[in-house]
This record gives sequence, structure tokens and C-alpha cells, in this order.
Amino acid sequence: MNILEAERLSIAFGGVHAIDGVSLSITAGQVFSIIGPNGSGKTTLLNMISGIYLPNDGRIHVAGRDVTGLPPHRLARQGLSRTFQNLQIFTHMSVANNVMVGRHRHEQTGILADLLHWPSVTRQNAQTRTAALAALSRVGLGNAPDRPAGSLAYGALKRLEIARALASEPKLLLLDEPAAGCNPVETQEVDQVIRSLVKDGITVVLVEHDMRLVMNISDHVHVLARGRTLAEGTPQEVRANPQVIEAYLGAHGSREGANARA
Amino acid sequence: MAELLQFVSSGLTVGAIYALVALGFTLIYNACDVINFAQGEFVMLGGMTTVFLSMAGVPLPLAALIAVLATTAIGIVLHRFAIEPARGASPVVLIMITIGASVFLRGMAQIVFDKRFHSLPPLFGSKPIHIGGAAILPQSFVVLAGGVVIVMLLWLFVERTLLGKAVIATAANRLAARLVGIDTRRIVEFSFAVSAAIGAVAGVLVTPITLTSYDAGTLLALKGFAAAMLGGIGSPFGAVVGGLIIGLIEALSAGYLSSSYKDAIAFLIILIVLVAMPHGLFGRAKVERV
Amino acid sequence: MRAAIGSHLLQPMMITVLVVVLPLSFTSAYYYRVAALVFIFALAVVGLNLLMGFAGQVSLGHAGFVGIGAYAVAVGPAHFGAPSWLCLLGGAVVSGSVAFAVGRPILRLKGHYLAVATLGFGLLVAIVLNNEADWTGGPDGMGVPSLSLFGWRAHGTQAWYWIAALTFVGGFLLARNLMDSPTGRALQAIHDSEIAARVLGVDVARKKLAVFIISAVYASVAGSYLALFNGLVTPDEAGFLRSIELVAMVVLGGMGSILGSLVGAAVLVVLPQALTFFQDYEQALLGLIVMIFMIFLRQGIVPSLAVAFAGWRK
Repeated sequence: MNILEAERLSIAFGGVHAIDGVSLSITAGQVFSIIGPNGSGKTTLLNMISGIYLPNDGRIHVAGRDVTGLPPHRLARQGLSRTFQNLQIFTHMSVANNVMVGRHRHEQTGILADLLHWPSVTRQNAQTRTAALAALSRVGLGNAPDRPAGSLAYGALKRLEIARALASEPKLLLLDEPAAGCNPVETQEVDQVIRSLVKDGITVVLVEHDMRLVMNISDHVHVLARGRTLAEGTPQEVRANPQVIEAYLGAHGSREGANARA
Repeated sequence: MAELLQFVSSGLTVGAIYALVALGFTLIYNACDVINFAQGEFVMLGGMTTVFLSMAGVPLPLAALIAVLATTAIGIVLHRFAIEPARGASPVVLIMITIGASVFLRGMAQIVFDKRFHSLPPLFGSKPIHIGGAAILPQSFVVLAGGVVIVMLLWLFVERTLLGKAVIATAANRLAARLVGIDTRRIVEFSFAVSAAIGAVAGVLVTPITLTSYDAGTLLALKGFAAAMLGGIGSPFGAVVGGLIIGLIEALSAGYLSSSYKDAIAFLIILIVLVAMPHGLFGRAKVERV
Repeated sequence: MRAAIGSHLLQPMMITVLVVVLPLSFTSAYYYRVAALVFIFALAVVGLNLLMGFAGQVSLGHAGFVGIGAYAVAVGPAHFGAPSWLCLLGGAVVSGSVAFAVGRPILRLKGHYLAVATLGFGLLVAIVLNNEADWTGGPDGMGVPSLSLFGWRAHGTQAWYWIAALTFVGGFLLARNLMDSPTGRALQAIHDSEIAARVLGVDVARKKLAVFIISAVYASVAGSYLALFNGLVTPDEAGFLRSIELVAMVVLGGMGSILGSLVGAAVLVVLPQALTFFQDYEQALLGLIVMIFMIFLRQGIVPSLAVAFAGWRK
């Protein structure tokens, strides 16, 4: 069974069809990349899958269960997690606390216990912190957990978001441009983090512009253009597809590109 | 029937004031996304300053003029020293700054003026005009006419002058306006000045009917805000319509239901509008981009 | 690990020491009175701080809940013959229920929409208290019989100092507990990024409502104490100015600093007492304080001092 099935998803904002009839099938354990020129609807698609936008049309199934229209916090319980293109870090909280929030769906104490700080809460805090520190180590941020999150460098913040999403122990992790704004060294670190996630059996859905990263790491690539599916297949198939080349480079550019290929 | 006409006329009169306050809110909100809670104080200052100047012997027309100019200056000072330094702060912080300004102006008015109710002599005497069995004060017509004139002047200004276009441009997209050479800081300050002036004029016109006091501003601001919300925050047309509607509903419910809960009407409307249709009658929905 | 546990109890212990030691410096009943008022207001401010400082939800009508608590201990004994302590609990329950009913729709709003909705709520409460004279005594308010528990009457400034101070310590402790817990982290997350919190499994609507109710209960208890202490209650307790005073106390002490709640309350209660001319200038000064702090010292006194202290230690 596929871990994610999306059928004919559509959404329009005031007459503009941001996504029009897009269908996806994602196999568990693979790295599934969504690429496309700017404005093709990649983040919108991600927002629909993660419950932030309600599709006008179409259905989404996670692990066989119909989750269309579920709000994000309930999708989290289905094992879905994500990072954000524009970084949604909890800047006033410490690095560790950011990741501890990622453990929220596994935490057991209720509000009354929290108010009274029963021993169960002390235990819960300790467990959560341990798990958070482990997630931070995985992305290479284990050294200063109590620093304010706002004090980290940009590349580190990207990895912090991944650690936070990881802490929720997702089955399906959506990464929205994790390499955006990263220098080659930071991009390489992101690459390694993604590979280690896959090794642990997490399915990764990647929205990215960095083609080298996408081609290196993906099992399957889905190309969007103007809200519709343009092409899909293995990285090799997609990169050789003339329509994809044209969508990125334009008709003139793709002719140039064809001439340039030795 | 006569009763209905009575309520409608008083509703429209006070509604015109709410409309002008709402217009002031809208102008400032459009220019810089700030909800100016001190808007009601501009109305209060217009009325109270005129009263005290005329009590000190200044002829009424001159007193009114000085009051409007002084209030306009206060609007500019408010922008320059309270809003501008906090540019870019979160909406909550900006709200609290204007609330602080509102309380400050109230407090100063309490000291500089006094805590009593005051009135002004009406423009055309206080003998009611009888229309269809209802007794309507001449000042009501003055208020309505004044409201119409102000709205028309604003409309002409926006449609026919370059500065007016600059205001629209700033409201539509501040960055783009700056990129084409518009000094948006000046435009924002100008909006504060115009809002203050409109408020002050409204205050001068309505004081003969509703009286004024140092704390009259708070309730006015809230009702004006309710009107702006009802009409759709950001829509000047909506502000005017919203103001008139709230004035009418207030007068009709005071007349037919209960007059002691008259002030609660506006708040109930705010709560209902915010919950049921946050974008009001003519406002536009905003989508948050993630 | 022990350090982590210890530090979370450190502040409440310091406050307890302060509470016990402070009366040694009191030379008359007047000091007890002022201190009692500080602790009563500080209790309301802690609740409001949980809502505004931690969860980031603005409330400009919180005096409405103070008013409900205050009138509960006036109306209850007068019209139902119920004992004051029961009415205090009843007031808290009513406040919590009202917070639940009102909170569910309005907490969906953000920024200035939420601010105005809460402002409208507070004013509605004040209007109702003002108008329903048969129940509430109208604009002149009504008298409040003093609190008696098992035959002992809570009367006098000394008794109320201890009641207010110890309740504050309890409220302080509960608030700190909450902050160092899963719920507290979820609330802080909501403040910084609701959308990220949602995606991580936080039921944002429920958490906001929970903290709204908690802050309403804090305000209600404070209001009941105020009424019982003063022996009198008027609709001004629920009024706009009172709501702004509470907000000013939060802002002054430091949004998000529970210790700051005490500082903010102390400044704005003691100042009018210390400066007699303040009476007339109170409103103007209040407005000025809010403006200045919001423009220049947004974090408030306690966090700014903490930052300065940390910088100095280096």
C-alpha cells in the first residue's frame, strides 16, 4: 500500500487555479521530490497535503486512510510532519524547547497535571528532553541545546526545523525547500540528514529548487508547471524530458541547451 | 410613523459621526495597518477645545478653527512620536501604543479641561423642525450635511489630486509606492493629520446635540471601530455605510427595546461581525502565505 | 537534571521568603493594605500574563472577569444568602464558563480583531453590571459582607495581606508549573508560530481556550478578593480603565515574565499611593507609561533587567 495517495487535487484562490487536478502516489520509504518553476504550485501542494489548505477538489489518503480536510494537528497524529519554506521557528524558545514541542503528540500529561506538576510531568519533561536532544544530535545541533533559537545561523535553523519535525516520529516527512538559502556545505549537510532519515524508514517528500540535490537523492521526481503535473519518473527520465527542460529554460533556452549538450 | 422618523433622524445623525470616526480609522489603517484607538479622542478634542476656547472669549468660528488645527497637530505628533518609532512592531504592540495614547489624551483632557459635560450653541438655533410628526433639530441637518461634505471632499481629493493618488498607492502596496518615489512616511503622517481633522470637525458639529466630556472619546472610538469592521476594515465606503447602520440600529433599539443597553449594541455588533463575517460587508479576505 | 527541577522552584521559594519577611518592615496597617492590594492585582496580572505574554493572545477586556468575581461575592450573599467563600468559588466557575462560551468564537481571531473583541466583551460586562441595578446596585455599586470561614472572619489589613500574598504564591507556583510542562511549551509555540504548532500536533484552539479560561479564573479570584477586602464593589471594577491598568501591569513588568507580574502590579499600585498628586494625573501617566514601554522597552522591566544583568556578568 502506498503511504500517500493524492487523487486529482485542485485548489483555486480567487479564480487562480494554483493546483489543478494533480495526482500523486508515494511508496513508503522512498524520497519523492516535487520540482517545478516558481509559481508552479509546489508549496501550495504541500500545504494541501499537510492540511493547511482545504482542497476544493480531490482526495488524500495516508496509509490507506482518507485524510482529506483533516486539520494539521490531526494529520500529525497520522504520522505526518513537515518543515516550512519560510522557517517557522519558535524564536523565543530555546533550541531544545523547539524540538521538545515536536514531541507534543507523544506527550501524555493533561492540563491539570501540568498545572500541579505531578511527578508524571517531571518524568514526561525528562523523557521529552532526552528525545529532543537525540533528534538534535542527528542533525548535528547537539552542542548548545539551551541557546535561544533566534541566535542560530540560517543553515542551522533549517536543520533545527528538521530536528523538530523528526521529534514527532513521522512516517511521512514533508520538507519544503530545506536547502534554500544554504551554501554548498550546508546543502551537503542537508543531503546527509535526508539520507539518514530514509535509512530509518521515513518517507521523505522533498520540494526543492536545488537540482543537484534533487537528482542525487530522489527515487522519484514529480514535475509541476502552472499547477498541473508536467512529467514524472526517475531523476534520469525527468531530466531528459524535453518538456521539463522547456518549462525551466523556456523554448529558446531549451534549444540552446540542446545545442550545448555535447 | 412619527416615532420611527424621529428615531431614524437621530440614528442617522449619530451614525454620521460614527461614519466619520470610522473613516478616520480606515484612512490610517489603509496607510499603515494600524488601528488607531485614539481616533475617538480626536472627536473629543475638537469639541472640548472649541468649548474652552469660546469660554475664554474667543469667537466661536475662530475657536472651532483653532480646535481643528490643534487636533490635527496632535494627530501629527501622535504619528511622529508614538507610531513612527515603533514602525514594524507587531499589531498587538501598535494597538497598545494607540490605546496608551488614547488614555493619555483622555487623562490630559481631564487635567487641562475638566470632568464635566459641556455643550456648544447650535449653528441654526435649537428650535426643532417638524417633519412628518417628528421633531428634528436643525443641528442634525448640519451634522449630516457636514458629513456629506467631508466625504465628498475626500472623494474628490483621492480621485482628482496627485497627492490623493499617492495615498491610494500607499494603501495598495507600500513598497511599490516607495519604489515609484512616493514618500510613504509623509503619506502616513498626512493620513493621521486628515483623520484627526475629520474627527475634530465631527466633534465640533455634534457637540451641540450630544454634549461632550473628557471621556467621550472611548465610546466613540469603539462604535466607530464597530462601524469600520461592519463595513469591512479598509473600505472607506464600508466605513460610511457601517457608521450609518450602527447609528440607526442603536437609535431604533434604544427607542423600541431598551435605552439603557444602547451602548451595548455596538459591541454586540462587533462581536457578531468578528465571529460571523470578519471581513465585514465590503472588505476583502486576506490569505496568509506560509 | 536536579538543576532543572531546582530552578523551576527557585522563584516561588524566593517569593515565599519575600512574603514572610516583608511585614517585618511594616510600621502601620497602611503598609499591610498597600501590600495586600499589590498581591491581589498581581494575581490577576499573572493570569493575564499567561494569556498575553506566553500564549500571545491579547485581552483588553480582562477586567470583565475581575468584575464577575467581584460581584459574585456581593450578589451571592445579598440575593441568595450564600456564604462568601462559596460565592468566590461560584464566581470563578461563572468566569470560567463565560470564558469558555466567549472564548470559543473569539479566540479564532488574531491581532487587532481579537483585541477589539475582548475590549467589546469587557465593556459589555461593565454595561450589564451598571444597568441591572436590581441585582447589582447600579452605578453606585453595592456593599460586600466580609469573608468568614468556619466562624473566623477575614477582617482587617493584616489578615488580607496573608490571604492575598499566600494566594499569589500559589497562583505563581501554578503558573510556573504550567510553563515548565507540555502545555506550557505548546502555548509558547503558539505565540511564535501557530502554524508550526498545529503541524506538530498542537490543538491550538483548545490550548488557547484553556489558557483563556485559566486567566479568567485568576482574574475572578482576584476580583473577589478585591471586593471582600474593600467591602464595596462598583461597575468600575470591570471597566475599560481597569482593563488597561491590568495590561499596563503586564507590559511594565514584562510580558511573559511571571515575576514581572509582581513588579508591574507593585509599581502601578504603589505609585498612586506614594505620589498624592498622581490621583489627577493617573490616567495621563498610565497612558504615557504604556506608550513609552511599548515603544522603547517592549520586554518590560524584569526581562530587560535580566538581559542587562547577564551582560554585566560577562
